[in-house]
Amino acid sequence: MAETLTHIGKTEPRPSGWQGIAADWSSDQRAFKNVSWGKAMMWIFLLSDTFIFGCFLLSYMTARMSTRVPWPNPSEVFALRIGGSDIPLILIAIMTFVLISSSGTMAMAVNFGYRRDRRKTAILMLLTAALGATFVGMQAFEWTKLITEGVRPWGNPWGAAQFGSSFFMITGFHGTHVTIGVIFLIIVARKVWRGDFDTGRRGFFTSRTGRYENVEIMGLYWHFVDLVWVFIFAFFYLW
Amino acid sequence: MAEATANGLGQHALHASHAHEAPAAVAHADEHQEHPIKLYLVVWAWLFILSTCSYLVDYFGLQGYLRWSLILIFMILKAGLIVAVFMHMAWERLALAYAIILPPILVLVFTTMMVFEADYTLFTRLAFFGSGH
Repeated sequence: MAETLTHIGKTEPRPSGWQGIAADWSSDQRAFKNVSWGKAMMWIFLLSDTFIFGCFLLSYMTARMSTRVPWPNPSEVFALRIGGSDIPLILIAIMTFVLISSSGTMAMAVNFGYRRDRRKTAILMLLTAALGATFVGMQAFEWTKLITEGVRPWGNPWGAAQFGSSFFMITGFHGTHVTIGVIFLIIVARKVWRGDFDTGRRGFFTSRTGRYENVEIMGLYWHFVDLVWVFIFAFFYLW
Repeated sequence: MAEATANGLGQHALHASHAHEAPAAVAHADEHQEHPIKLYLVVWAWLFILSTCSYLVDYFGLQGYLRWSLILIFMILKAGLIVAVFMHMAWERLALAYAIILPPILVLVFTTMMVFEADYTLFTRLAFFGSGH
């Protein structure tokens, strides 16, 4: 049946040692039926990552609620002076639009991947990676600006000391995720460009053949990075 | 074809009967998420609109309950669009959707606990260190 996955009803000799353990653990694939193993595992990973970011935002909330010293006003802290006047949060707004655009190009890359349009898929993925790198670049600019203004994990000129540690922790972890995503995107884009998913070439790391679904799984990670930013934008920058 | 109806995706029931003889691994390979490009562009436009709206909340300096409710509404709408359409959760099996979407709701329980904890910490700080400094 369509939803039956691998090796049901078949008995195969189990490899010994670690390979045997891996084979046993990867054999129970029935829970999500037509959802492939790779996709289900990416979702589970993203769920665990949700808890990590959830805990960061919670610790930020706790720090902000329990301090006696007023919290610095993010609207002013993240303002940029453009054309002689301070525009609140403008860099963060631009970063948001850049990340949303990268999600849009990623969604389209997944679509063209399933249509076997290698060229368009690879170009859209590289465009996604470029937008992601732009985002990280702007974040580096923002960090530099704040550090030169005297923000440290243990204090800042405007108010509650916990502002700096929350800021560096949350945006730093998110920026790391974006950076890893950019690298991941370039690797998958190269595979698509070379036609690995058509020729059945084996991956250098897993030694397994890939499918165009790999582009979608990559997309899940990328959209998740965008999703986390939605929450950071709301809770850290706008609140 | 009991398994085919259990599939949940009606249109695949037909393919399932054809795939009967085919090796199982091959049969599941052609089930994938393909949707019109226009849908993605519409969602993309909506994400832009919602982001602009939430930025304008700050730009015009809205305060109080109006600010928090608007921020949360725009945030939830954006997150919902990304998960449902970009991440294709709207078309996945309910078994997967529930397994992934329900657990994060427990974070709200943790949030409630930490709200009490933070209130208590603030209370002790005010009680023992005073409101000065």
